[in-house]
Amino acid sequence: MKSAVIVFPGSNCDRDMAEGLRIVTGKAPTMVWHRETELPEGLDLIAIPGGFSYGDYLRSGAMAAQSPVMRAVKDAAERGVFILGVCNGFQVLTETHLLPGALMRNAGLSFICRDVPLTVENSQSAFTARYGAGEAVAIPVAHHDGNYQADAATLDRLEGEGRVAFRYAAEVNGSARGIAGILNEAGNVLGMMPHPERAVEDAHGRTDGRRLFEGLLEAVSQPA
Amino acid sequence: MKTRVYVTLKNGVLDPQGKAIHHALEGLGFSGVNDVRAGKLIELDLDPKVSDAEVEDMCRKLLANTVIENFKIERVGAAA
Repeated sequence: MKSAVIVFPGSNCDRDMAEGLRIVTGKAPTMVWHRETELPEGLDLIAIPGGFSYGDYLRSGAMAAQSPVMRAVKDAAERGVFILGVCNGFQVLTETHLLPGALMRNAGLSFICRDVPLTVENSQSAFTARYGAGEAVAIPVAHHDGNYQADAATLDRLEGEGRVAFRYAAEVNGSARGIAGILNEAGNVLGMMPHPERAVEDAHGRTDGRRLFEGLLEAVSQPA
Repeated sequence: MKTRVYVTLKNGVLDPQGKAIHHALEGLGFSGVNDVRAGKLIELDLDPKVSDAEVEDMCRKLLANTVIENFKIERVGAAA
């Protein structure tokens, strides 16, 4: 699987993501600096990592969404390339309008950094195919702005179309309807606050994130 | 020309920061505060040729996230 990790000034989970991808897929991703206007040829997956791009100035992800590389990421998304945005990456995807809604300050105002229980809501996507529908997993979160909000019509649509990939199994940050991760309409873009790349090997204490990357690996190795 | 852009959370959007400020004010003994909403003020020093429509475009494209925020533009006049 050919993957790339986008690096913004202030990204700080880019190496976690690269290491997670290397461990699970056996191939290190290309690191792409945000000033690039073109992506490497033939990518299967583009990962937008966690962190605090541009110091979260204005709004989390708002400045990164205007970066030159995001134009190329948008084009790739339209071509069906898999896009995974984790944490700040999820915020960037909403600010880029590749995903609906917005991520606001946690309802309790605290930065939350711990393992959280999640329910896999949709096990049909390439990202979640290796999980069972309704399966309980635990993946760490580390965020200040993870409170997912959208208007009721958008939330209804997300739920109705099976685009809620993960839900918090217990209250974490005030997210509307407990949403932890959502898919775009075509199913090739996933944004999620929990960090699957931090739960891929035994040393992490948990390996529930591993199957997300395995599912993608399987999806891209199948002939179209 | 100085222009002020006020960015505020839409009605109905929970404002945890406003809530925390509200609690802190009550903690200081100020009574009669019914609600607090926190927002942003962005001051732009603009060339006079920049039209109202352009400022509105700036708000929609970057300064405000219209999913959760409203914006109000106030043209103040020549920069001091």
